[in-house]
Amino acid sequence: MLKKVAVIGGGVAGLEAARQLAALGYQTTVYEKNDHAGGHTSEWDRLFPNRRPAVEVVDTLKSQLNGNPAIVLSTPITELLPNGDKFTLKTSNKSFEADAVLIATGFELFQAERKEEYGYGIYDNVITSAELEKMFTEHGTPLMRNGEKPKRVAFVHCVGSRDEKVNHLYCSKVCCVTAVKQAIEAKEAIPEAEIFCLYMDLRMFGPGYEELYKEAQQKGINFIRGRLSEASELDGGRLLIKTEDTLASRPLKMSVDMLVLMVGMTPAEGTSKLIYNLGLKPNADGFIGVSDYHLKPSETGIRGVYTAGACSGPNNITDSINSARSAVVEIHRYLSVKEP
Amino acid sequence: MIDFGYAPLKINIHDLDKADLSLMDWITARDESFRLCIACGSCTATCTAGNFTNFSFRELCHSIRRGEVEKAVRESEKCMLCGKCTLVCPRNVNTRNIIKLVRKANQNFRV
Amino acid sequence: MKEHPFVIPFTIGLTFVILYTVVMWTIWVVRLTRREKKIIWKRLLTVKTLRGIWETIREGLFHRNIFKKNVILGFMHMSLAFGWFMLIVLGNLEARLYPHGLINPPYYPIFFEFFRHDLSPLREYEEIFTFLMDFFLLLVISGIGIAFFKRYKSKVMGMHRTTKHILIDRIALTSLWLIFPFRILAESVTAGLYNTGHFFTNFLGQQVIYGLPLDQLYYPSWWAYSIALGSFFVALPFSRYMHIPTEILLIFLRKYGVREKDSHSSYTNVELNACSRCGICIDSCHLSTDLGISDTQPTYFIRDLRYSKPSERLRETCMLCMRCLKACPVGIEITQIRKNERSEHQLFSPTSYSYLNGYAYPKAKVAFFAGCMGHLTPNIIKSTLLLLDAAGIDYTFIDRNGSICCGRPLQLNGEVDAAKQLIDKNNRLIYETGANCLVTTCPICASEFKKNYHMSIPIYHHSQYLWELTNQGRLVFNQSNLNVAYHDPCELSRGLGVVDEPRKLLKSAVVLTENSNQTKQNSLCCGGSLAITNTSAFQKSTIAASTVLQLANNTTDLIATACPLCKKTLAAAQNDVPVQDISEIMVKALMDSRKASLSEAKVKMASPKLEVVEEYK
Ligand SMILES: Cc1cc2nc3c(=O)[nH]c(=O)nc-3n(C[C@H](O)[C@H](O)[C@H](O)COP(=O)(O)OP(=O)(O)OC[C@H]3O[C@@H](n4cnc5c(N)ncnc54)[C@H](O)[C@@H]3O)c2cc1C
Ligand code: SF4
Ligand code: SF4
Ligand code: SF4
Ligand code: SF4
Ligand code: SF4
Repeated sequence: MLKKVAVIGGGVAGLEAARQLAALGYQTTVYEKNDHAGGHTSEWDRLFPNRRPAVEVVDTLKSQLNGNPAIVLSTPITELLPNGDKFTLKTSNKSFEADAVLIATGFELFQAERKEEYGYGIYDNVITSAELEKMFTEHGTPLMRNGEKPKRVAFVHCVGSRDEKVNHLYCSKVCCVTAVKQAIEAKEAIPEAEIFCLYMDLRMFGPGYEELYKEAQQKGINFIRGRLSEASELDGGRLLIKTEDTLASRPLKMSVDMLVLMVGMTPAEGTSKLIYNLGLKPNADGFIGVSDYHLKPSETGIRGVYTAGACSGPNNITDSINSARSAVVEIHRYLSVKEP
Repeated sequence: MIDFGYAPLKINIHDLDKADLSLMDWITARDESFRLCIACGSCTATCTAGNFTNFSFRELCHSIRRGEVEKAVRESEKCMLCGKCTLVCPRNVNTRNIIKLVRKANQNFRV
Repeated sequence: MKEHPFVIPFTIGLTFVILYTVVMWTIWVVRLTRREKKIIWKRLLTVKTLRGIWETIREGLFHRNIFKKNVILGFMHMSLAFGWFMLIVLGNLEARLYPHGLINPPYYPIFFEFFRHDLSPLREYEEIFTFLMDFFLLLVISGIGIAFFKRYKSKVMGMHRTTKHILIDRIALTSLWLIFPFRILAESVTAGLYNTGHFFTNFLGQQVIYGLPLDQLYYPSWWAYSIALGSFFVALPFSRYMHIPTEILLIFLRKYGVREKDSHSSYTNVELNACSRCGICIDSCHLSTDLGISDTQPTYFIRDLRYSKPSERLRETCMLCMRCLKACPVGIEITQIRKNERSEHQLFSPTSYSYLNGYAYPKAKVAFFAGCMGHLTPNIIKSTLLLLDAAGIDYTFIDRNGSICCGRPLQLNGEVDAAKQLIDKNNRLIYETGANCLVTTCPICASEFKKNYHMSIPIYHHSQYLWELTNQGRLVFNQSNLNVAYHDPCELSRGLGVVDEPRKLLKSAVVLTENSNQTKQNSLCCGGSLAITNTSAFQKSTIAASTVLQLANNTTDLIATACPLCKKTLAAAQNDVPVQDISEIMVKALMDSRKASLSEAKVKMASPKLEVVEEYK
């Protein structure tokens, strides 16, 4: 009989792992809480570093879903329990069985309302990076609430990341390069607009990232080294923002039409509860802790349960895909060799 | 000393070999959070005093780290202890305590 | 009557303590300010004196305040104080009733049974006196028993932490504890020999210790009793027991209207000496209960200030949240004393803020002031302004372009001279707006305005103002069944006594539940206080988390508060239960009642123009 593998989460990590597992001959099912596969990547317009359409990546991964691997949509897994040498996955009204489990529940976006001083949900034209992606998909350009194109846009880095005021000390890794990408896109969409990036450090760690940064400079994006302290609304709806121009050691005020908050990644809701029944605790940042960051990056500490993608910490797509493959090797070893 | 025939210009270089870092050590020993600043500038941007005058808490801390003690002490007096900076600091630097420590150093230290 | 040298220790001690008390009372009273002395003179022959007497009896003998806090503790104090007092009164009566006994040396009534073995001259009173003396002796010894027990098992008595005492207190305490066992011994021995007692001492003397060589124990036991008394009296003025005579003076001075001022005074000395080091303040303090910092509470601070000078750490490690102030059974103005002590170590110079010259607030009718913290909680500002709009108030957001700090943070840190500069400046600017009333969302500002600005216009915290408008029918809310727990901000509840308005306001829109008995004047503290600078962010969050835990339970949908700083501090501690300002809850209810969308709502916000300095260009 075919061994069964359950993949929790149908984001890029989950889909890639499922494809590889099925190819290795396991009966693989992806359980996805949303009504569509692809996870967050399906919400992005174009991807860094090369700005290819995200839909290409998602569609390629989805096209592999053909019965094995299978996907069960609109099925949020709320409980994961050991069951002899198998595992039981439960939703509020159903339960499934599997010989091995891959947790690929990804991340959630930081709730920008929690940084009240940035004015999200209070002022009209304060939006998140995720909302801007949607605007790009739908309109190809940033648009203000009133339908007009903004003349001045500021991107605020590190919203909900590197901020102990919201208990997130960690860096979300992808938002710097996303800001730079979006800044370029905004400039291309509205060439006369002035675009600013308010950053603390620019973390351009991946291939092609620094190039993107240089491109942004060439296209006239302004970089201000300072973290936003607060925003307020001017009469007429423009926004007044305050930061320090730390390179000049002077406070800086300016008015903008639109403020884009580069929201960070937070652990997906429910993931810590999922692993709790297995006796696992999240790591200090709240993500799933892996057994060994260098040597066992896919293992959770429980044999038969593995992890991939952004649920063990902020990741870009490449790293999520790689971690999925790495997890597949571990699962294969576990199911076919049954030895540590 | 060899006479080169000209005097080297006293240019504005931080000479960390000669810098007086005793105030930095004194403060750090009393508040470890002094070390944690990542120079983001939020404190300066939000500062109530900084809204009216040239004053930067971030810079003040930095001058202590570079041994510019007098400047730090002079500047510290502009603060109103209002606490806005404490509320925005992403690294939980205990800003008001550091201001108070600088003021105390003014009294206890020979600056 | 045969004299005996064993009375000497007692007589010396008593004389000493009386002289000492008289001298100290005199010094303290003489050193009061002239104004204070004048009001005392004026009020000496008024009902205030009677009230003072009543309070002395109520607190000095019966310790009603302690009873209210903790019944066993109250009983302990009452049995000791009242029991002993009755023993002295009865002893004196007894000695006076005895033929030819009207004028006696002081030791005579105290050691009455030593001097008079034949009590029959008391005639019909003999029975009642001996009974009462035995009864009160039993009462006192039960108090001592509890005290002894409390020393070692304070938790059982509902006290988690008690004061750690210094040597002189231990000496005094030991003497005090020994007085009554020795007295019982002496009286029992005497009763055993001469049948001078009643149910208690007679029983002890004749049934329990009758086998002992009573006649040999007779003198030593009276000696021991007298020595214990004497050494207690000699130690008293230097120990915490100085609170006994001092508290009486304190009660009267307070009744006459004497209070702590902006700096230490003679009255402070009275207060310092009136602290019994009972340690009740320790358990009331979040620093102790949540952070385990249990050595900086008033009991220690006041002790050190009484003997010399408290350390910097003692002076500074306090949030001035005033919880202990409400808990202290003696009613010492602890927080003011600590603030005044801080002001003796000012760090800022009184000329630091000259850079404020040239700034002005715009003209206003109703002036809305957000304050420093308010600018970091724009949703509180927006919500409040929407509510003011809805009620048709013609307000002006006077510090829209930036506030001058109200001065409270400096004030709380003892920087009164620097604070005065800000106060003077701000006060003039607010005056120049021409406003006829001032509304602020910040209890810290409100507190400073009310206490130190001496403004002629009314000052409202927004919870008060909005309630007023609601009460007048100018604001109507949709009633929902949202389950809300309200956190009283320290500065608002204990500081300004505003506890009802926010509750009434909330009840007009949501279901308000009190999950903790620590509310209103006894409310918990969020930990974010600006009066302390030496707690870390982690420590603040620890306090906030414990407060949230006590405030909310699993049916709580929302925690409401009425202070930007409380909101930020509580929200930073956790994110299970959302924390909102009262204005945010009310504006939602207002929009619901109008079936309008909150996200579409726009504040009118006419003046002033928010200025943009285009520095970048
Ligand atoms: C604004 C933004 C832009 C980005 N742009 C890029 C880019 O251009 N290029 C790039 O390389 N990376 C980009 N990233 C990073 C990229 O989105 C992530 O690396 C990627 O989404 C991680 O994939 P994942 O499958 O691990 O997680 P996710 O995409 O989060 O997918 C997890 C899936 O699991 C599901 N799930 C969660 N819990 C359960 C449960 N209990 N039961 C069932 N299903 C569950 C979720 O619904 C979701 O579908 C960006 C990130 C952000 C925030
Ligand atoms: S990647 Fe950049 S924007 Fe994102 S958290 Fe890290 S430093 Fe901040
Ligand atoms: S406490 Fe001092 S440094 Fe901090 S914001 Fe207020 S005035 Fe500025
Ligand atoms: S806000 Fe904190 S981390 Fe940022 S510059 Fe100021 S002290 Fe440093
Ligand atoms: S300050 Fe009050 S509560 Fe504290 S020890 Fe003294 S008398 Fe007791
Ligand atoms: S004022 Fe508050 S913090 Fe200070 S000692 Fe009293 S209870 Fe503790």
